[in-house]
Amino acid sequence: MDVHELTAGYALDALDPAERERYEEHLSSCQPCREELEGFRRVSGALAHAAGGTMPPAALRAEILEQARSERSNVVPLRRRYLVPAISGAAAIAAVAALAVGFWATSVSRDLDDARRDISVLGDPNASYIETVNGEAALVVRPSGEAALVVRELEAAPAGMDYEIWVLDAGTARRAGLFERPGVARLTQPVEPGQLVTVTLEVDGGTDAPTGAPLFTVASV
Amino acid sequence: MHSRDLAHLSDEALVALVSRSDDLALAELYDRVGGIAYGLAYRVLRDESLAQDAVQEAFLGLWRSAGTFVPERAKASTWILTLVHRRAVDLVRREQRRRTEPIESAPEPFEGSAEDAAGLRLQRERVQSALAELPDQQREAIELAYYGGYSQSELAERLGQPLGTIKSRMFTGLTRLRELLDDEAERTSWTYTS
Repeated sequence: MDVHELTAGYALDALDPAERERYEEHLSSCQPCREELEGFRRVSGALAHAAGGTMPPAALRAEILEQARSERSNVVPLRRRYLVPAISGAAAIAAVAALAVGFWATSVSRDLDDARRDISVLGDPNASYIETVNGEAALVVRPSGEAALVVRELEAAPAGMDYEIWVLDAGTARRAGLFERPGVARLTQPVEPGQLVTVTLEVDGGTDAPTGAPLFTVASV
Repeated sequence: MHSRDLAHLSDEALVALVSRSDDLALAELYDRVGGIAYGLAYRVLRDESLAQDAVQEAFLGLWRSAGTFVPERAKASTWILTLVHRRAVDLVRREQRRRTEPIESAPEPFEGSAEDAAGLRLQRERVQSALAELPDQQREAIELAYYGGYSQSELAERLGQPLGTIKSRMFTGLTRLRELLDDEAERTSWTYTS
């Protein structure tokens, strides 16, 4: 079957993780599919509205707002990376640096075993798959917490620099691996539900605490 | 800004405010879309607690990533509901929690304001009459996928059909629904002019 015909399954959230990944890769280079997806999204939006409303408990609104406000004080909101300078890069850097309390020494060597583990993460049907909203990256987390980041849209790191992955939890940033270019990066730290995973650009070999602005952030479910 | 001042803003403008960490804009969006979002999550998950989790995670996802919304690609409400649906499907697959027959039980009435209820009822009637025009097999594939959270490969197994057949049914059915709903929107759009 032609990959174009996955558009319907994608719009209905009916693809398996590996297929979703394959389709999203295709989508970034296929204008007709993007246009078709827009049309199918209108349909799935209509299906959503027709699902039958049930009012949520009143407490849910308060919980969401309380959680959102608490995050505002200690987490830099995700911005499209090219917007970061416009919102004061220095403030964003300071905010992430302030998160860095605990850290582990890590190194990522890309050998065959690693590649096999990448496949075991991505191929796990029970893994959750959470992507950034504009699809530049996706976080895949197995029930065990073993996780991989699938990075699609990112320029290769400049000479002398690496991208570094961080797991953010309760005000701490833990080092979780390095990568240089788009692809699959396995995290060296387990990820638990509710934790955030973010990526910064750092000097070659990484740092103990993040100094760069967050390029994107994904929340684990 | 008092939340009353936000009432005249479009959903898209509210998302822009949310991207600047405006929590009152988030509250206003929740007031507009939260009921539909919860109804959708509940339909997929059939569990109040899990449905709340899906809605909460989606709105917090919105809070963290509103800056990535591209208005020209979709309406803000559609985008939010896409986030909710994705979360609900991820949760239902993880929990292995499924209604035995997601199509059968009729959705409960919306308990919002009379105005909301009327608008939603109209919307639901439009969608249901469009669904009714589809051949049974196409409608079944779309309803089990969207409301039941089944993946295409799960559906192939459940329905005892080749995967390609399921994909074709979804594609053909969705294409036909798009025609029906877009035509309908064009014919009746004057009644919704505000």
